[in-house]
Amino acid sequence: MIALIDYNAGNLTSVRLAFEYIGAHCEITRDPMKILSAERVVFPGVGAAGEAMRNLKEFGLVEPLRTVAAQGVPFLGICLGTQVILEFSEEDGGVQCIGLVPGKVKLFRPPDPLCKIPHMGWNAVEFRRRHPLFEGIESGSEFYFVHSYYPSPTDETHILAETEYAGIRFASVIGNGNLFATQFHPERSGRIGLKLLENFTNWDGTC
Amino acid sequence: MLTKRIIPCLDVRNRKVTKGVRFQNNVDLGDPVEMAVEYSEGGCDELVFYDITASAEGRPIDIQMVREVARVIHIPFAVGGGIRNLEDMYQVLLAGAEKVSVNTLAVENPSIISEGAKAFGRQCIVLGMDPVRTEDPRFPSGYEITIRGFRQRTGLDALEWAKRAEDLGAGEIVVNSVDADGTRAGYEIALTRLIATNVRIPVVASGGAGTPQHLIDVFKQGCADAAIIASMVHTGEYKIADIKAELAAAGIPVRKHW
Repeated sequence: MIALIDYNAGNLTSVRLAFEYIGAHCEITRDPMKILSAERVVFPGVGAAGEAMRNLKEFGLVEPLRTVAAQGVPFLGICLGTQVILEFSEEDGGVQCIGLVPGKVKLFRPPDPLCKIPHMGWNAVEFRRRHPLFEGIESGSEFYFVHSYYPSPTDETHILAETEYAGIRFASVIGNGNLFATQFHPERSGRIGLKLLENFTNWDGTC
Repeated sequence: MLTKRIIPCLDVRNRKVTKGVRFQNNVDLGDPVEMAVEYSEGGCDELVFYDITASAEGRPIDIQMVREVARVIHIPFAVGGGIRNLEDMYQVLLAGAEKVSVNTLAVENPSIISEGAKAFGRQCIVLGMDPVRTEDPRFPSGYEITIRGFRQRTGLDALEWAKRAEDLGAGEIVVNSVDADGTRAGYEIALTRLIATNVRIPVVASGGAGTPQHLIDVFKQGCADAAIIASMVHTGEYKIADIKAELAAAGIPVRKHW
């Protein structure tokens, strides 16, 4: 079973529908026992980091997430879920996050006023290294993004792919061992996004 | 580089996609779910679905139809028409839509924008606006906002309303020109440019698309972030891939992999 973590951070319907479409069994849950016993964990999320961290603490989910991450369970972060696995976010005046990957989350500050915030739409994702989740997907393929903050991991080796927006190249996929986390939304990125999710359902958590 | 989005619009009436000119003389064009799949597989970047008779018939939006579309496409999907309150927004998002579009409701009750943004995130809340050209000096932008399918004027200036909606928390604005709607004679470039260069959120041009050149113009001169198309693909005259090829040849960044 794939556990889709529900911490009141946005709508999980599209993530659930995408997994159902590729024939994977998933369950939307915030039950720590179910999360700890899941074969795979998907940590999605849309919204603001401050409220997300408050909810994760209130629902007692921070420790279960650390545990599954440490146990080598295949773990997929999406959007806000990706941001809060870093150590710190600039959002909401500064928020301490879970810290599964060293680094920060920063606000886009585009020099060009025509450069809109949020970064919303399809943008190219350039792979920095090979990864089982990129199998069958061409580097430079476009994925769907909606975000105003971006991940900035401390360790270069945690950057799995990059994307350019607002005059900077940012880490659009970060990862380490069994963690794989995208700033974009694979569940809304058409066939290519479904391929990435399918790769995740076949992944043993090593790379 | 961020690509420009091409968004087919499905105006749905009695579970059929329909298209008129300035909301008049509508003809039925096909099944919404089949058309959604066709466009999604064909490379469109997003879909918009409007239940165009829900408001007039005083009924909630057709949630079952939203659910059926959401199950078969895996690209962003915005839904509008007949949204009355936060609960309706929630039902639409829960059915699998990515964004909810409000138009008449937002004019009558602007706080729905901030409430929706707070409850679901501002990226979910799309302001749809239907401005009409005017010579009246009370409207500095030269455009007045209309509601109820162009039938009612509001006294709101289009640019002031766009800025106010941005401040209230709208995540995106769809600028649908009343004058251009359904004419296939080109987007209202000046209007699109005026709004797009004065707000910091994405602006979607709507109304008037008839040829790929119209999209090139609205992206280059109108500074639009995305463009809605309807008749030009609904009639089968153009395929999304052909439109994208023309845009790419004109130097406009478009999504190439799907």
